[in-house]
Amino acid sequence: MPFTNEQLERYSRHIILKEIGAKGQKKLLNAKVLIIGAGGLGAPAALYLAAAGVGTIGIADADVVDLSNLQRQVIHSTNDIGKKKVDSAAETMRAINPDVTVNTYYQFVNSENISDLIKDYDFILDGTDNFPAKFLINDACVMAKKPLSHAGIIRFKGQLTTIIPGEGPCYRCIFKNPPPKDAVPTCKQAGVIGAMGGVIGSLQAMEAVKYITGVGELLSGYLLTYDALKMEFHKIKLPPRGKGCAVCSDHPTITTLIDYEQAVCDLH
Amino acid sequence: MKITVSGTVKEVADGLTVSQLIEQENVETPQYVTVSVNEEFIESGTFDTHILKEGDEVEFLYFMGGGTIMQSIIQDGSDE
Ligand SMILES: [Zn+2]
Repeated sequence: MPFTNEQLERYSRHIILKEIGAKGQKKLLNAKVLIIGAGGLGAPAALYLAAAGVGTIGIADADVVDLSNLQRQVIHSTNDIGKKKVDSAAETMRAINPDVTVNTYYQFVNSENISDLIKDYDFILDGTDNFPAKFLINDACVMAKKPLSHAGIIRFKGQLTTIIPGEGPCYRCIFKNPPPKDAVPTCKQAGVIGAMGGVIGSLQAMEAVKYITGVGELLSGYLLTYDALKMEFHKIKLPPRGKGCAVCSDHPTITTLIDYEQAVCDLH
Repeated sequence: MKITVSGTVKEVADGLTVSQLIEQENVETPQYVTVSVNEEFIESGTFDTHILKEGDEVEFLYFMGGGTIMQSIIQDGSDE
C-alpha cells in the first residue's frame, strides 16, 4: 500500500534518512512490537515507537496508574490516576499516531501466558521492574527465538542489552538465577531518577527501530551501562552465547518456563 | 601491576585475587555480582582463587531491576 500524503509528511524526517527511507518506514508500519510493562522504561519506549509508526504495538501491564508513577512514567497524566496503565498508555499512543494499532493486555506475565503473548510479535521490549519477570521474559524469548531488549534502572544508573537468541548471549548467560527472595527485606529506600527511564527506555526503542529496519549494529553481545552522576556510558563486551548457560546453550538444562517467587514488597 | 577495571586502568598489587579486587573496589552487593575477566565470566565459586594478571580487563555486572527492588538488596548488601 502506498503512503498517504499525511503519512509522507508525518514520517518525512525518517524517510529523508538514507538508512531508513520509504522502505524502512514501510518496515516500521508492518512491524509488531510488544512492550511488557507500561512503567518507567515502557512509557518512553511506547511513546517513541508509536510516534515512529510501528504498526502494531502490544502493551502488557497489570497495574493501575498511581500518583507516585507520574514522576517518571511520562505516558500517563494526572487525569489517568486510577486507570489501567495499559488503557492510559493506549490512549496516549493513539492520540500521538492513529496509524498505530495498540493491543492491550491487562495482565501480569507468567509461565502460562507469556508464550502466547509473544508469539505474534517481531520484537519484545522488557520494561518490567522485577527479576522474576525479567528471567521469565528472557527464557520465553530464547525458547521462542524472539529478539528482546532487556533493561534495568535504579537510582542514577541504568543498563541495557539486546538479546538475539541463537546469536548473542542472553540475560541468563550473565546472571544465572534471580537474587533470592529473602535477600529483599524492605523496599522503603527505593528510588530512581525520573529521566533515567527516559534515557534507557528511549535506547530500547532505538534498538527496536534498528532491528526492524536492519540499520546499524545492535547491542547484541554487549551490556551498555549508564551512570548519570558520573555522566558516563560504558559498553561491556560479553562472552559469546551459551557457554554453560542453562537456557541458551546448545544443550539447555532449563526447557520449561519458571515462575520465580516475587519478593513481597509494595512497589508504590 | 596494571589492570583495567570497568574501563579504567589501575595499579594493583601483584597476585591480587578477584575477591580482593571486589573488596578493594567496594563492589555493591558482592554476593550477586557477575565478574568478567578478558571477556570471560568467572565462576563465582572461584573468586577467592582466581589470581589476576598484568593487563587483565575486569568488568563488574550488576543486577538492576526497575528502580525498586535492587535498592533494598544494595542496602542489605552494604550492611554486611
Ligand atoms: Zn544464555
